[in-house]
Amino acid sequence: MTTRVGVVTFPGSLDDRDAQRAVRLAGAEPVALWHRDKDLHQVDAVVLPGGFSYGDYLRCGAISRFSPVMETVIEQARLGMPVLGICNGFQVLCESHLLPGALTRNYSLHFACRDQKLRIENATTAWTGDYSQGQEIVVPLKNGEGRFVAHEHVLDELEAEGRVVARYLEVNPNGSYRDIAGITNAAGNVVGLMPHPEHAVEPLTGPTTEGLGFFTSVLKQLVNA
Amino acid sequence: MARVVVDVMLKPEILDPQGQAVQRALPRLGFDGIADVRQGKRFELELEGPVDDAALARIREAAETFLANTVIEDFTVRVEEEGK
Repeated sequence: MTTRVGVVTFPGSLDDRDAQRAVRLAGAEPVALWHRDKDLHQVDAVVLPGGFSYGDYLRCGAISRFSPVMETVIEQARLGMPVLGICNGFQVLCESHLLPGALTRNYSLHFACRDQKLRIENATTAWTGDYSQGQEIVVPLKNGEGRFVAHEHVLDELEAEGRVVARYLEVNPNGSYRDIAGITNAAGNVVGLMPHPEHAVEPLTGPTTEGLGFFTSVLKQLVNA
Repeated sequence: MARVVVDVMLKPEILDPQGQAVQRALPRLGFDGIADVRQGKRFELELEGPVDDAALARIREAAETFLANTVIEDFTVRVEEEGK
């Protein structure tokens, strides 16, 4: 049976089609999910894509977090379903309190858009099993509010539990505390990532194909589960 | 109609680059002597019914869960007096 990976479209999502494409290239079946539909249509995992859901009004991800689809996503994520939030999706996960901390305006006040070098710090999550710990990858990054902040004790806890999934290398593009580009929950099924692995899955359009690993990882995780 | 105002500000320990940008621009415009600027949000809520304890409790709940992200922001709730 083909693994089904849902990709949510909110009003203002931009990268839902690219995320679907990455899911397909990884060998799974992408399933379009709609923000007003609570039904997850029997998917095995969910991707919350990048963009500017609900216009980023109030705060990035604040309104999406209360959309009907998120009710089910939050419920299933707590039961162990793999969920990957990319960029705006990461903001939605923090607003949902599935992940700690928050994403705030870039230190520089500039929108950052670049090919970003990252180090994979945790290769045991549902979304990073195909990488090796310490592996360096380059994927696009594009955000205006990508600066990860959390209380010192939360940061210490994340570090101690190995829950920093990826860190910025060479350049910290937004002023994130401790160069954090992505984190996971304690169970390792929910991952939030500010850079965009779904834009680095094909040589024609990406700087590398090193983003594909996030999508193949979840496939293996689900097949072995 | 009664008005309730919810002010939301970034917590003191959270850096506010927007406020800093505003603060840096002030002396250029001749507004000296301003040591720091923090930028926040103000919500004006017009109530259909009276402002009683129950209504204020609901508004505090809305502020806590939705209007503010209490991971990074603090909020205050106050009733705006009639005729002001």
